[in-house]
Amino acid sequence: MQKKKPNILEHELVPKHEILSPEEAAELLRKLKVNPAQLPWITIDDPVVKAIGAKPGDIIKIIRKSPTAGEFIAYRYVVVDTLQPRKKEA
Amino acid sequence: MTRPPTRISSVKFGILSPEEIRKMSVTAIITSEVYDNDGAPIDGGVMDRRLGAIEPREVCPVCGNTRESCPGHFGHIELARPVIHVSFVKHIHMYLKATCRVCGRIKISEAEREKYIELMKGLEELGLDYLKRRLHEYIRRKAATTQKCPHCGAKQYKIRLEKPHSFYEDRGEEGYVKLNPIEVRARLEKIPDEDVRLLGGDPVDARPEWMVLTVLPVPPRSVRPSILLETGIRSEDDLTHKLVDIIRVNNRLREHIESGAPNAIIEDEWELLQYHVTTYFDNEAPGIPVARHRSGKVLKGIAQRLKGKEGRFRGNLRGKRVDFSARTVISPDPNLSINEVGVPEMIAKILTVPERVTQWNIEEMRKLVLNGPDKWPGANYVIKPDGRRISLKYVDRKALAETLAPGFIVERHLRDGDIVLFNRQPSLHRISIMAHVVRVLPYKTFRLNLLVCPPYNADFDGDEMNLHVPQSEEARAEARLLMLVEKHILTPRYGGPIIGGLQDYISGAFLLTNKSTLLTREDVIELLGVAGYRGELPEPAILKPGPYWTGKQLISLFLPKDFNYKRPAKIAGATALRCIDEDCPHDSIVIVKNGVFLEGVLDKASIGREEPESLIHWLVKEYGEDIARLFMDYVYRMFLRFAEKYGFTMGYTHLLLPPEAKKRILEIIEEKKKEVYELIEKYHRGELEPRPGRTVEETLEDEIIDLLSKKLLDDVADAITPYFTLTNPVIIMARTGARGNPVNLTQMAALLGQQTIRGRRITRGYLHRTLPHFKPKDLGPEARGFVAHGFVDGLSPIEMFFHAAAGREGLTDTAVRTSQSGYMQRRLINALQDLKVEYDGTVRLPTGEIVQFLYGEDGVNPMMSDHGKAVKVERVIEKVIGWRI
Repeated sequence: MQKKKPNILEHELVPKHEILSPEEAAELLRKLKVNPAQLPWITIDDPVVKAIGAKPGDIIKIIRKSPTAGEFIAYRYVVVDTLQPRKKEA
Repeated sequence: MTRPPTRISSVKFGILSPEEIRKMSVTAIITSEVYDNDGAPIDGGVMDRRLGAIEPREVCPVCGNTRESCPGHFGHIELARPVIHVSFVKHIHMYLKATCRVCGRIKISEAEREKYIELMKGLEELGLDYLKRRLHEYIRRKAATTQKCPHCGAKQYKIRLEKPHSFYEDRGEEGYVKLNPIEVRARLEKIPDEDVRLLGGDPVDARPEWMVLTVLPVPPRSVRPSILLETGIRSEDDLTHKLVDIIRVNNRLREHIESGAPNAIIEDEWELLQYHVTTYFDNEAPGIPVARHRSGKVLKGIAQRLKGKEGRFRGNLRGKRVDFSARTVISPDPNLSINEVGVPEMIAKILTVPERVTQWNIEEMRKLVLNGPDKWPGANYVIKPDGRRISLKYVDRKALAETLAPGFIVERHLRDGDIVLFNRQPSLHRISIMAHVVRVLPYKTFRLNLLVCPPYNADFDGDEMNLHVPQSEEARAEARLLMLVEKHILTPRYGGPIIGGLQDYISGAFLLTNKSTLLTREDVIELLGVAGYRGELPEPAILKPGPYWTGKQLISLFLPKDFNYKRPAKIAGATALRCIDEDCPHDSIVIVKNGVFLEGVLDKASIGREEPESLIHWLVKEYGEDIARLFMDYVYRMFLRFAEKYGFTMGYTHLLLPPEAKKRILEIIEEKKKEVYELIEKYHRGELEPRPGRTVEETLEDEIIDLLSKKLLDDVADAITPYFTLTNPVIIMARTGARGNPVNLTQMAALLGQQTIRGRRITRGYLHRTLPHFKPKDLGPEARGFVAHGFVDGLSPIEMFFHAAAGREGLTDTAVRTSQSGYMQRRLINALQDLKVEYDGTVRLPTGEIVQFLYGEDGVNPMMSDHGKAVKVERVIEKVIGWRI
């Protein structure tokens, strides 16, 4: 009996992640007046990043629940973590 | 004179090369002698005059300056044999592990090396320092695990670091072989620059071989001044002692080498030199005995000067001792404004404010100069336009006052109306330092209004506080506009008032606004006089049998004319006194309409501290902090005066219960005890059902605690409340929130109940029993810390013991908690101190990295908010449509 791997994106504790298009990303960086590395980072090994197929250099938009604001939009810059060599996908 | 400020673009640290050390040195230090017979420093000794002038009027032979402007100059010691610098052993270890022992190249194949260099350059260009560090770490690990050099094919051995400064090579069957510093240095020298870069080093400013010392710099004399004792004997600095040791051993070692002494002797001397150099840098290096004075006192190495709370960084750079400050004991003065601080005259005559003489204040300044340093208000110094400071202590003040002209600066005494910063440690808060307005008063303590005790967490059991006088116009303006006490009535935690009535203010307010309080004309005049009221008396509320006023009328005089407020009072917390609509027989709903105080009593819920949405909270929010401050300054004074007039007091008799109540309490106790014995019986018979996840014994204990603490005390409280009414001062205090709570009341009047340690009944002491008064394995209430008496009846000796045992727990808990939370606070502040909310609402680091995209995710300033919400809609509606909701 093979167990089906659950889709983590459907889990209620996983907020909605979206990859920004290059135009949207440029617009965001212009609005915040930052270079991408000044955004908070997220590693490419993050399960959700893997699940949505983001690549290093992408900017991810996260829409999540917030106790103060109801809903809040955060952004993450996808980076590679060099210390642990990435395991080959099985 | 002074240079215009320039911006530092970057700071880089490196390691001094032997050439650099020799180049910056003014002389080689060659002899361990320090002074000659006349006490003059010997040339070539550690106190050589060329190392900088330190005596008064001594002229430096190198730079020609006196000690005020001579920066000090380095010397150097040529070491006979190289030694390892302790602070770099970890780096040396890393380099030795990652490079070949024969050819000195990094143990990574050529192709891979090229790839990594390319990658490193890319990361450098992108400025991704963090990722670059991770790359270095990765390369180091990879190179260190390689067994055979990919370049020359030499077999590699494991290298072990024996703390603090010995390296051993594991040559398999040959066993561990020690690498001496010469060998270590030779290996480090062989590493090519490119490979150093790959390993995260900097071949220009920190070549690896420089971590093994061949030349030791000798710091200037001013770094290690000698102290002249009263006996006339010189006492040298620890570093000087250490340097002398180093030179002595170094010279001996050189002699041995030159005379061709046996190798063992040379090795021993070399090891000793290494020890001295190591302890010179760090006398707490692990795995090495600490170097001591002849007296047994531990010597201070260079690392010890920098490290820790009293070290150079935390003690002298991040925290400094300051001028224009004062410290003394604090005591209360309810007649001061909350914005004021009482400063003793003695202190006011020492602290000064620089004031520039102008044509408008020249007469006043003349008077101050004439008064001089000993008569308040006077002045201590005059600074002439050419920058000369003249002390008024030793000068003809009359003549000086005559010559006073615009442009002079007078350092005058602190006087009424000056702004100062006032602080109490621990400064955990921004409200631990607030600005106050000076009031110079007699006696020797700082005086402050009782209402500002909570932000400072101050009381008057001997607390001391600090006072600082801002010296520039900008600093004074900032203090007055941003730091004044009234600007901090609301806490930035959730926007409620942190400053407000406590204790007798609340009892007084309740008594004054109570329905049954009627005031005669004389009473009203006295109270309004205290509050500084100037104006017509209101119409008396009662005309027959004579004119009488209510306390509520007096409060109304001070409320803004369009102020509306409605809220249940604190006393409505008791079910018996609760009302739902405005027609309240208990007077427990506070209603203010159009500035008229119509109904209700003032207590903690209206005028207390940390009561959001209270009367004073709305006053601050809607009429500004100055109006609220005036209310606190004047009306609160009236509360205190009324409590005094009333003669508010509490005594033993207020806690006495009638015999029938006592009987009832005993019955309740007996009843519960019986239930406990039944439980124990059940347990002994083995019929007790364990609760889920607990053993039978634990279940029994839980149930007993449940019965004897909560249920019993609740039942007793219900039994005694009818005997205590709002005419009883104890009840007034408990119900209005002034002090105490109903639990305290039952504990005093009836019984203390079950005593616990860590939430368990008391079980410690003797084997199977708490005290020798009980039989072993007695599980009954008395044997396990049940106290059946209150403070009014008095405790039996055994009960007293249990009570003290349980009380000890609270004391140890607070002691542990404060130290832990203090450390946590320190780390938290260190982590957060540089964050800043930018104008676009984002939270960023000084370098522009974003931490949060919108402050608090909603962009609300909690100090301006209503419990975290930007607007409280109900209050807005209330304001728009009048008082009706």
